[in-house]
Amino acid sequence: MARFGQAVALPGDRISITTDTLTEPYWEAAKEHRLTTCKCADCGFCRLPPTAFCPECQSEKVEWPTLPGTGTVFSFAVCTKSPYPDVPDFVYVPVIVEPDGTQGAGSRLIGNFIGDADAIEIGMCVKVVWTDIRDGWSLPNFEPA
Amino acid sequence: MWVNQDKCAIVGIGATPYYPRGHSWPQTVEQLASRAMVAACEDAGLNIRDIDGFAYYSHASAGYAGKFDTATFMEELGIREVGFTATLTSGGGGSAGAAGLATAAIMNGDAKYVITVMALQQLPQRRLGTVFGASAPTPTSSFLQPSGLVGPGHLVSVLTRRHMHLYGTSRDALFEIVQAHREHAANRETSMRRAPLTREEYDASPMLADPLCRLDFCLETDGAIAFITTTADRAKDLRHKPVYIHGCKHGGSREWGRAFTAMQMPDPTFGSAGHKHVADRLWADSGVGPADMDVALLYDHFSPMVLMQLEEYGFCGKGEGNDFVLSGATRYANRRNPGAIPVNPHGGQLSEAYIIGMTHVREAIDQLRGTAINQVEDAEFALVTGGPAPIPTSGMILRN
Repeated sequence: MARFGQAVALPGDRISITTDTLTEPYWEAAKEHRLTTCKCADCGFCRLPPTAFCPECQSEKVEWPTLPGTGTVFSFAVCTKSPYPDVPDFVYVPVIVEPDGTQGAGSRLIGNFIGDADAIEIGMCVKVVWTDIRDGWSLPNFEPA
Repeated sequence: MWVNQDKCAIVGIGATPYYPRGHSWPQTVEQLASRAMVAACEDAGLNIRDIDGFAYYSHASAGYAGKFDTATFMEELGIREVGFTATLTSGGGGSAGAAGLATAAIMNGDAKYVITVMALQQLPQRRLGTVFGASAPTPTSSFLQPSGLVGPGHLVSVLTRRHMHLYGTSRDALFEIVQAHREHAANRETSMRRAPLTREEYDASPMLADPLCRLDFCLETDGAIAFITTTADRAKDLRHKPVYIHGCKHGGSREWGRAFTAMQMPDPTFGSAGHKHVADRLWADSGVGPADMDVALLYDHFSPMVLMQLEEYGFCGKGEGNDFVLSGATRYANRRNPGAIPVNPHGGQLSEAYIIGMTHVREAIDQLRGTAINQVEDAEFALVTGGPAPIPTSGMILRN
C-alpha cells in the first residue's frame, strides 16, 4: 500500500533565490537549463555553493563545466506538511544528490525528488528536471533516471 | 592534560519558569535573561553587581531572533564594570563550551565572576521550528532553501536517513529515546510533556520529515537560564558545593563544517552528530572516559542525535547506537550500572523544555550538588554536550 504516494516539487512561483558574484555563473547556466558546478581550474575539486577559494588547494581559478545532468541519491526526507500557511498539505521529498561528473561530497545538490515517494531510495539514479522559479531563474530538481 | 582542569567552578544557576512557545509574553526576551541572571547570583550568594564578565555562545543571540548586548545589561542591572565580554560563534552547539570561554576569561585574569546566559522567546513571527523557510534567501541559502527543508528537524531527518541506511538504525530506537525522556519528565513540575507515551501515540504523530515524526522533534518553549563561573578558590566561599569544570572543549573538523546547513559531509561524518572531534579531545585531555561518567546530559533537539552522540562519546561503538539504546541502557536508574549511562534524567529538550542546551547545564549542577529530582546516587562526574549544530559543537565534564 502506498504510504506517501506521489511527491511533487515545491511550486516555483513561491521560490526565490539570490545571487552574488561568486554564485551567479551557476544560476546563469541553470537559467539555460545547463547543470554546472564550481570546479577548481587547478586541482579539479568541485564545490557548491560556489566560493572564492578551492578548499583543497586554495586556488581562486574556477571553471564551469557542463555536467551530464544525472546523479545518485545520497539521502532524502519525505515531508508531509505544506511549507506555506495558505496552501493545503502535500507530499514533497527534499533530496541530496551527488551529481555525475563531480567527486560527490563537496558538490552535492539539494533539491526536490519528483515521483513516487514510496519508491525513492539511497543509491537511486536520478536526472535533472528544471523547475522555473521567480524572477526568471530556474532550479534543478530530480526524477528517476 | 588540560592545564585548567578543576581550576574553575560553576557556582550559581538561575532560571525563569519555562513557558510554551510565545507564552512568556509580555515579558521581553532581555527581561527573561535578566531575571535568570539575577536568580543565578542569588543562588550563588552573590549580587548582580559582582559580575564582571560575560561569556556567551550562539553569537550572543537572544534565542534566534535578537542579540544580547553587554552594555545594555550593565546599564539595566547596574553592573559596574566588566573585564571580559565575548561569545562562541554559530548556534546552540556552544552551550556546553561557553563554560570553557568563561574559564579562559577567569584564568587570564580578566574577570572574577563570569556569567553565561541564554533566553529564548518564540513569538509567532519568530518561530524556530520553521526558521529557514521564513527567512529571506541569501546567496548561500539559495542552494538549500528551495528544497523545502524548512527547519532544523527537517535537516536532521536527512542525516538520520543516512545513519539508518549504513547501520540499520530503527525507528524503534528513536521511540525508546523519546519514551525514556518522557518517563524522566513525568515527576517534574517544570516539564512541558509529562504524560506517559505509548507506541501507538508515537506512531500516530505526524511524519513531519520522514524518518522523523513530530515527537522526535524537541519542544518549542520560552525561558531563560544563566550560570556563573569563578575560580575554585573563590567558589569555596560561596553558598553551594562547587561544581568543578574538569574538562571543556568546543570546535569541530572541516568534514562537519556547516553540517546540515550545507549537506556536504563525507561518510561517516554525514550520519553523525558531529561531536567526534570534541569527544576525542575531551577524553584525551581530561584523563577520564565514558565509563567514569555517572550521568550524561546530551543535547537532544532531535531524538536521533542522542543515539549518535552516544556513539561519538564512546558509550557504544559507531553504528551500535541502535542496540545500545534498545537495551534500555540510557534509562534513569538511581545507581549507575556497569555498561549503562542515565541520559537526560530531567527529560531533556524532548520532554522538559528547550532553552538551547542550558537545561542540561542546570541538570548537571543539580546532579552534582545532589539535589536533582531524578538523582543518580553519589554522582561525581557529569557529561554535558552542546549541539550538534554547525561548528562549534561542544562538550564539558563537570565534577563535584
